[in-house]
Amino acid sequence: MDEQIALELRNISKFFGPVAANKDISFSLKRGEILALLGENGSGKTTLMNMISGIYYPDEGQIFVNGKPAVISSPQDAFRYKIGMVHQHFKLIDIFTAAQNIVLGVRETKRYSARRINEQVGKIASKYGFEIDPKKKIYDMSVSEKQTVEIVKVLYRGADILILDEPTAVLTPQETEKLFAVMRAMKEDGKSIIIITHKLHEVMAISDRVAVLRKGEYIGCVNTAETSEAALTEMMVGQKVELNIERPLTEHARPLLEIRDLCIKNDVGSLAIEDLSFFIRGGEILGVAGIAGCGQRELCEAIAGLRKVESGGIYHEGESIVGLSPKAIYEKGVSMSFIPEDRLGMGLAPSMSVTDNMMIKNYQDHGFGFRPRSVDAGDKSFRAAGRRCVNAVGGFFDRHWAFVNRRLARSEARRVIEELDVSTPSTETPVRRLSGGNVQKVLLGRELLNKPNVLITAYPVRGLDINSSYLIYDILNRQKKAGTGVLFIGEDLDVMLALCDKIMVLCHGRLMGVVHAEKTTKEQLGLMMAGALDLQEEKGKQMGVAKDTQIGEGETWNE
Amino acid sequence: MDVFLSSAIEFGVIFLFGCVGEIITEKSGHLNLGIPGIMCMGAAGGVFGAKLCMMGTDNPNGVLTVLVAILFAMLFAAALGGVYGFLTVSLRVNQNVTGLVCTIFGAGFTSFFLNNVVNIADLEVSSKLSYASLNFFNAHIPGTEILGWFGTIFLQHGILIYLAIVIAIVTSVILKRTKAGLNLRAIGENPATADAVGIRVTRYKYIAIVTGAAIAGLGGLCYALGYTTGNDSTVEVTVQGIGWLSIALVIFTMWRPTLSIAGSLVFGALYILFSYITVASEFKPLLRLIPFVVTIIVLIATSIIGHRETQPPASLGLSYFREDR
Repeated sequence: MDEQIALELRNISKFFGPVAANKDISFSLKRGEILALLGENGSGKTTLMNMISGIYYPDEGQIFVNGKPAVISSPQDAFRYKIGMVHQHFKLIDIFTAAQNIVLGVRETKRYSARRINEQVGKIASKYGFEIDPKKKIYDMSVSEKQTVEIVKVLYRGADILILDEPTAVLTPQETEKLFAVMRAMKEDGKSIIIITHKLHEVMAISDRVAVLRKGEYIGCVNTAETSEAALTEMMVGQKVELNIERPLTEHARPLLEIRDLCIKNDVGSLAIEDLSFFIRGGEILGVAGIAGCGQRELCEAIAGLRKVESGGIYHEGESIVGLSPKAIYEKGVSMSFIPEDRLGMGLAPSMSVTDNMMIKNYQDHGFGFRPRSVDAGDKSFRAAGRRCVNAVGGFFDRHWAFVNRRLARSEARRVIEELDVSTPSTETPVRRLSGGNVQKVLLGRELLNKPNVLITAYPVRGLDINSSYLIYDILNRQKKAGTGVLFIGEDLDVMLALCDKIMVLCHGRLMGVVHAEKTTKEQLGLMMAGALDLQEEKGKQMGVAKDTQIGEGETWNE
Repeated sequence: MDVFLSSAIEFGVIFLFGCVGEIITEKSGHLNLGIPGIMCMGAAGGVFGAKLCMMGTDNPNGVLTVLVAILFAMLFAAALGGVYGFLTVSLRVNQNVTGLVCTIFGAGFTSFFLNNVVNIADLEVSSKLSYASLNFFNAHIPGTEILGWFGTIFLQHGILIYLAIVIAIVTSVILKRTKAGLNLRAIGENPATADAVGIRVTRYKYIAIVTGAAIAGLGGLCYALGYTTGNDSTVEVTVQGIGWLSIALVIFTMWRPTLSIAGSLVFGALYILFSYITVASEFKPLLRLIPFVVTIIVLIATSIIGHRETQPPASLGLSYFREDR
């Protein structure tokens, strides 16, 4: 056994239900080495690392630590093998000081003494060049300080193998530089580090070797010095897969939704979307590609009126919709079927029936079902005046009716179930009991009832099987043919290349460019997502770039 | 004035027990609305214990009576606390519902147990002996009368008053300065994080809930035997009211046991105020409302200030299940 190998994975597999998150993965980590783990969203990087740090247990395969087989079934086991993981979402107690967080749960015989801990933390900090104030409370800290605490916490427990899950995603370039300096110091000290990242230039800057995963499979491991960003991208995205998704051609229609210089802040107050400009025409599907957390969520929420817009404008058919209530935006025809991480979270009420879910958004229209009498506009007869009175009074009571009209909602539910082929025992079945695909269809179906002219859908096929996915694509295409502008936030590049007309690529909240799906390549998209290719700066010099990249040149609103 | 302050301390201590018990429970992330019922259980256990010691003797041992009463009060209360813990920690039942059930059960059980079981079992306790128990509980250091107002206010109290203050201070030290306290607070803030660093979440939660309940139970005992003669047939009604105020006191003192010593004095003073000032009897119930009004004001003030340290434990009221990721 090679003494230099700190950690070795042999034939590791992990399944979630029928889905293989990791398939037969084998690679090794040398002592005193920084290994970058590269892969697209959902390629199984985090799952793999969670198995090393004891959160999941591998279904197949074996992990070796320092050449000996290791059984890691809990985070404590991982600590025993001197493996420590810094998660992307920090696991810190907000109201504690840095020092308290660092010692939390460490079993020592020594008494708890703030002074001794501060000293020890100081020692670790000066050894690797951290800047940390042990007495500072976590809630007063910046993201980068919190990350420092997490890393020191792992080191305090004596970790020799560190796993950093996208540590740079939340850092500024300067903070990233600092982190890299610390990582190099740790490497000098003989620690082995695995860093998960999407950013290719960082991979090139910090790592000794790069391991690439794609769709749960191990593609290969290369020495950083012997590779290039382009070669890594190719390994990461793989060959283009031909999907049999229809892309009907429609006539170029006027832009329906236009976004100009939009800035949005995220929950922690930093910019999620920076100076974003694009537009959606009627009858086209605009895909949004980007690594998870690049501002897609914030963008959707801002368009739907759920998130404050810092600056810039959102125009729907020429009218600004910034500052309008979500309901007002919905009534204008901008409909969002936004599928958050869990499908049931934001769109539907899980324990309510299909019928009830139909009513959530438009219960106001469901009075007692008053149908206005037909009156000609120019008719001045006594009879017409009477009808107008009836309409006014009836309409008023219909809008302000105290009871909801379940009959109407049920017929809507039935229509959605029929049209979209939802398999459910009845219209009164709680949505929670339906399968993922059917939930998705119910949600989309309800949004389509309003006949939107702009439809925003985020990850509509997440977690769905092939057949359900194709049904969803079909529904979207039908909408497209009917002249609706569709904003499709997607994950799978192959699907987006086949389905979308244009693809807009975001990288950390910045627009990298809008390209025509049929003229671009997967590699190009991959490079753009990683921030290595910025078409916005090159202004259309690239082949296959949509003219749309330069919005405003000949594509303005007011005729 | 001396008498008023002295009584305020004596009454406030009942709140203090309930409050400290609830603080310990809440620090583990469990909102125990069963505290009123648990305090009733303490009253039931205490009276039962005291009467047990007085059975068949005309001259009961004072020290023994106090100790046995304390033991039984804590046992009874801890038993109901254990039930609450089992339901909310192991079975992850909704904490609010479970707490309210515990309150209803505790009050009902106490009424039934004291009026129907203890009396029917004929434990031969005369009212004379009950007064004896009142004397035991209120026995204070002799000779402090000469210290004037200082003695009246601070030194002429029964053992339970000092016990309450000691428990509050010890709790504060444990929460602030020991590893166990750190771990417990970590669990109340973020059990997943605590679990990830190897703290035994379930064990800590059980210990905190049962200990908290036992301490709260002493509050019931304090009212039943330190304040009345133990023959009050509607003891559970008053103790329940005190229990709700104790939970309010937790918010009022912002989850700090040491602060709750002062807070309990304020609540005690407000609670007995109506018998010391002359108002029309119609308004007396209004005076009793003051503690609740004050609590609401404190809640509004702390949420407007929004300082992190004055907020309840972050995962208060949420069940923790490791596999929920």
